Amino acid sequence: MSIGQKREPILTGRNLVKRYGKVVALDHCDFDLYPGEILAVIGDNGAGKSTLIKALSGAVIPDAGEVRLEGKPVHFTSPNDARHAGIETVYQTLAMSPALSITDNMFMGREMRKPGFRGKWLRQLDRPAMEKFARDKLNDLGLMTIQNINQAVETLSGGQRQGVAVARAAAFGSRVIILDEPTAALGVKESRRVLELILDVRSRGIPIILISHNMPHVFELADRVHVHRLGKRLCVIDPKNHSMSDAVAYMTGAKVPETEFETA
Amino acid sequence: MPTDTDHYETSVRERRAEAVAEFADHKPSPLQRVQHALHVTPALVPLIVLLASIVVFGALLGSRFFSPFALTLILQQVQIVGIVAAAQSLVILTAGIDLSVGAIMVLSSVVMGQFTFRYGIPGPVAVACGLAVGTACGFLNGWLVARMKLPPFIVTLGTWQIFLATNYLYSANETIRAQDIEATAPILQFFGAKFSIGGAVFTVGVVFMITLILGLGWVLRHTAWGRHVYALGDDAEAAQLSGVDVKRTLISVYMLSGLICAFAGWALIGRIGSVSPTSGYDANIESITAVVIGGISLFGGRGSIMGSLFGALIVGVFSLGLRLLGADAQWTYFFIGVLIIAAVAVDQWIRKVSA
Ligand SMILES: Nc1ncnc2c1ncn2[C@@H]1O[C@H](COP(=O)(O)OP(=O)(O)OP(=O)(O)O)[C@@H](O)[C@H]1O
Ligand SMILES: [Mg+2]
Repeated sequence: MSIGQKREPILTGRNLVKRYGKVVALDHCDFDLYPGEILAVIGDNGAGKSTLIKALSGAVIPDAGEVRLEGKPVHFTSPNDARHAGIETVYQTLAMSPALSITDNMFMGREMRKPGFRGKWLRQLDRPAMEKFARDKLNDLGLMTIQNINQAVETLSGGQRQGVAVARAAAFGSRVIILDEPTAALGVKESRRVLELILDVRSRGIPIILISHNMPHVFELADRVHVHRLGKRLCVIDPKNHSMSDAVAYMTGAKVPETEFETA
Repeated sequence: MPTDTDHYETSVRERRAEAVAEFADHKPSPLQRVQHALHVTPALVPLIVLLASIVVFGALLGSRFFSPFALTLILQQVQIVGIVAAAQSLVILTAGIDLSVGAIMVLSSVVMGQFTFRYGIPGPVAVACGLAVGTACGFLNGWLVARMKLPPFIVTLGTWQIFLATNYLYSANETIRAQDIEATAPILQFFGAKFSIGGAVFTVGVVFMITLILGLGWVLRHTAWGRHVYALGDDAEAAQLSGVDVKRTLISVYMLSGLICAFAGWALIGRIGSVSPTSGYDANIESITAVVIGGISLFGGRGSIMGSLFGALIVGVFSLGLRLLGADAQWTYFFIGVLIIAAVAVDQWIRKVSA
């Protein structure tokens, strides 16, 4: 089976360039995500994976290149633009406000208001509704080791925080969900939950970009694996036809692929 | 399909997770519980200090201090600082600082006065113009901080001088006398209007200060805008990534701060009767003092605006109490200094234990 060319990609990047002073984080990088797939992005530390997904999610404005969503060029100038377009991201840093509650964090930037006068004119938040929603989403993730939905995020463990961030993305993403190392701080059980959640999201028809250093996870879940090296896409491989050691060899430069899109 | 348990990495993680779980099982010590309470309700410390200082001065001075008249006198004395501290609190919650609050206040009051007396504009319109000038000053601060990405301390250090100089140049250093205002445009002195309930004396300015702080407290807690103010003060980058329009929110905070300072300028006319370009020169330091004693963190994102009111009142209680005791006025400054350092130490402690 040849990978890629048969369908129209939902999200593409072409010739993306991002420089930080002398550092070239993205060096004419291409990217393709197809509908309904789980695309893993792997690469060494500093390869530019996070920068790539930031360029796709509006958090970084590329110096050059083009991003297309469903074939149409898009120019996201903030993460909010991408969110309005249905792209939801869990950043590597999680992007949460430590002093605010779980509920506040889940709804940051898209708060629910009370119905009627109090919501319309006083702009009062509908806390009960928001709390219920947040609790349900965390329950879905099996993250209810958290006792109090109103506790400050800084009082959560690293893994719980990551769980909240993943729950937030899964709850609101409608077109594309991007996860930058979503299981890095999680225990075995919690990692498993997140992997299940990823499969669950895909079964809703939403494609996922998964950045991970955990090869077993990548090979278990991904439909395709995008290997990132020195700021660009080195190749895309089919995990069914390659071993983990191949992937690692490409990643580290020990082995060079013959073509960008390898076939079976 | 590989299973997780095969991997050394994950087994390490598992052990780490267990260790965390064990740790969480420990019963919190009383000290940790206090810390937690303070963490959740940051205005608690200044409230306790306020009540304690009222009790101590009440015990020392008896009914001279512990009377409706004396206690409401404190409210009148702190009304200007209290209003300005509300503005300062908003800015400090965003991890900023506004050194120009006093200058905006005076400039706005001068605009209200000069527009009425120099151009013959009706009082209410002149007041509206003064409020607009204050808001515009705030916008300038906010624009420089949010769009030009300059540090708030430097921006407001600059605009402090600019607004103050504008104030002197524009007013030609001229004071408008209280009698003239009373005769021509009494609305300028509206905030000074008094009414009493029993022995307690209130002014419109005092009522405004309390309403303002309660209102802002509600808005900060119960609206999206309020949550965004906290979020961006806590971690601006995270707030931006999680969907807050950081620049717009910042500019709105500085504009609102400017508007509140203009209201303080109006209240200032009510308090001193006249319009004087030299009044209120130390409002910036006094407001920062109230905010810090009130337990709002200078690092942003933590604290409650009620705390600032308590902070302003603590300063008022010490000033009046020590004066009634016949102590040298320097003792007030001495104790305020101690309180500032204690407040910051408590803030650090709360952060450390919670981390
Ligand atoms: N905000 C920034 N300012 C300056 N340099 C940056 C910035 N962000 C990323 N870089 C640089 O860009 C390069 C790519 O970084 P990026 O975070 O995208 O790597 P990564 O592949 O996600 O690595 P990791 O696996 O460690 O998360 C690095 O050399 C990094 O130092
Ligand atoms: Mg990264």
